[in-house]
Amino acid sequence: MQANEAALAPTIAQEHRAHRDARDDRMFGWLLKGCALLVLVSLVGAAGATLWGGREAFSTFGWGFLTSSEWNPTDDVYGALVPVFGTIITSFIALLIAVPVSFGIALYLSEVAPPWLRTPVASAIELLAGIPSIIYGMWGLFVFVPFFSDHIKPFLIRYLGREAGDVPGTEHVSWIAQHLPFMGKLFNSENLFGGSVLTAGIVLAVMIIPFISSVMREVFQTVPTRLKESAYALGSSTWEVSWDIVLPYTRTAVIGGIFLGLGRALGETMAVTFIIGNKMKLSPSLLDPGASIASTIANQFGEASGLQKSSLMALAFLLFVVTFIVLLIARLMLRRLAHKEGR
Amino acid sequence: MNSQTLYLRRRITNAIALGLSMFATLIGLAFLAWILWETLRQGISAINLNLFTKITAYGEDGGLLNAMVGSLVINFIGIAIATPIGVLAGTWLAEYANRTRLGESIRFLNDILLSAPSIVLGMFVYTIVVLPTKTLTDGSTTYSGLAGGIALALIALPVIVRTTDEMLRLVPSTLREAALSLGVPQWKLTMQVLMRSARSGIITGILLALARISGETAPLLFTAFGNLYTTVNPMDKMASLPQVIYEYANQAGDGIHALAWAGAFIITMFVLMLSLLARLILSRNKVSHD
Repeated sequence: MQANEAALAPTIAQEHRAHRDARDDRMFGWLLKGCALLVLVSLVGAAGATLWGGREAFSTFGWGFLTSSEWNPTDDVYGALVPVFGTIITSFIALLIAVPVSFGIALYLSEVAPPWLRTPVASAIELLAGIPSIIYGMWGLFVFVPFFSDHIKPFLIRYLGREAGDVPGTEHVSWIAQHLPFMGKLFNSENLFGGSVLTAGIVLAVMIIPFISSVMREVFQTVPTRLKESAYALGSSTWEVSWDIVLPYTRTAVIGGIFLGLGRALGETMAVTFIIGNKMKLSPSLLDPGASIASTIANQFGEASGLQKSSLMALAFLLFVVTFIVLLIARLMLRRLAHKEGR
Repeated sequence: MNSQTLYLRRRITNAIALGLSMFATLIGLAFLAWILWETLRQGISAINLNLFTKITAYGEDGGLLNAMVGSLVINFIGIAIATPIGVLAGTWLAEYANRTRLGESIRFLNDILLSAPSIVLGMFVYTIVVLPTKTLTDGSTTYSGLAGGIALALIALPVIVRTTDEMLRLVPSTLREAALSLGVPQWKLTMQVLMRSARSGIITGILLALARISGETAPLLFTAFGNLYTTVNPMDKMASLPQVIYEYANQAGDGIHALAWAGAFIITMFVLMLSLLARLILSRNKVSHD
């Protein structure tokens, strides 16, 4: 009897301990899961909070909020068209510049550059992504925009747009503006100084180049060497291999990378706020100041109240939804490549 | 077309394309050099002792003391909130929910949060922290350093989650099996074995998150707001370097702009140092494991 109990005691202790361990493990698991769910909560919360904050604007203006270009705090009338248009056009310019440049960088770093040069150059390009957005803003406002106004803008107006003469009616219309529709309007400006939609687009391009080029470089390296070498063996040039083999093979991920850059460009705030000029007026000219959703919020939210605040919240909701969709597409496309790699 | 011209044309196309790719790289590097050079040049010439001893209340004759203190406090709050949550969430993704549907979705959403517009996250914190606390203070708006810190924590969170997740998944599974076979409960295995072996990677993630938030401006504008005087009380409105730079850049005056450049210089140096440090830790660790 006694011998039995002695044998039983450690078993009970062990069982007790196993029980405790299981309980601790369960609680630890719940704690971890709770933390992970906070990621979900902050995304849903951000969308919910801005939608809730913007409910007044949405119910007051309805669909007209999206199509009206009037933004008038004096009369308390708000429409999202100017900032929405500004956001789209600056992001479009940014992509137009950043995509070919990023492709060039990725091509250079994965196929052309001597191996010893690749890592340092790639790190330098990645440094561009590490520079805070406000530094881009400072540099843009005090360095790039004056440079642009002095050297590039007059050139663009003279050769691509129309230039007002000293006397009214004596304007000089460039050959391109005469022969291509819209060009005169795109590059026509009475504002000689200050930021514009185009400068904002260019600075955005510099900001998203590191993101797009690093995705491209990464996926270019996933192309099987066998495939490339077969093409080389058939006599292809480096360019032909890149354009006809590497690019088609990585197409999905490349588009994913571009969308990732687009998502960044859409939501970028400080740099754009510094250099877009912040004018709530619709203008067809790329050389005129404009406004983006993020810049409008940054500029006005602090002092806004009532319906204006609600309209800004509504703008933020629009921005959030659009960037969410763009980033969703980007990640889905990038993930497809990861699956192909068997990761 | 005879084959000679075709060959020549292909070679020329190739040369032009490769030349352009080199040119694109040069453009990227040129912009980097241009931005860094201007920040260094204008920043260094604006550095003086007043910067570190005087506050922004004196305007042009003042310094950035209150902004620097504010930035330190807000960043500290941000990292202090984001680190435990982020590390635990990343651990869950890597150890508990790897390859489950919920885990995959959260990993996916975390990647989206990583590039979500920071200004919207700022408005979220404005709605859940600044607005509700208004009722505690008879209606006056309660911007605070704490609210700023929470906003920055939301931005730091996905960075920490992601690096923790990635670093833990790099830990060899033999380590887990060895510990489990000794009867170690899973929480102990996670905290005492896996965390330890992934420690330097996780620290890298925290440093990168700090680098990311120390330049953030947009979400601070309507959470921490700004303050002309030095304060360390997190319930007060609080100045921060990026917010002061933003304000000064929009004002006129060379002295004011010089201060803004000095602030920009300090932030840039800080951020570059952090990323360098992060790289260093990571590379040193890699070597020691090989």
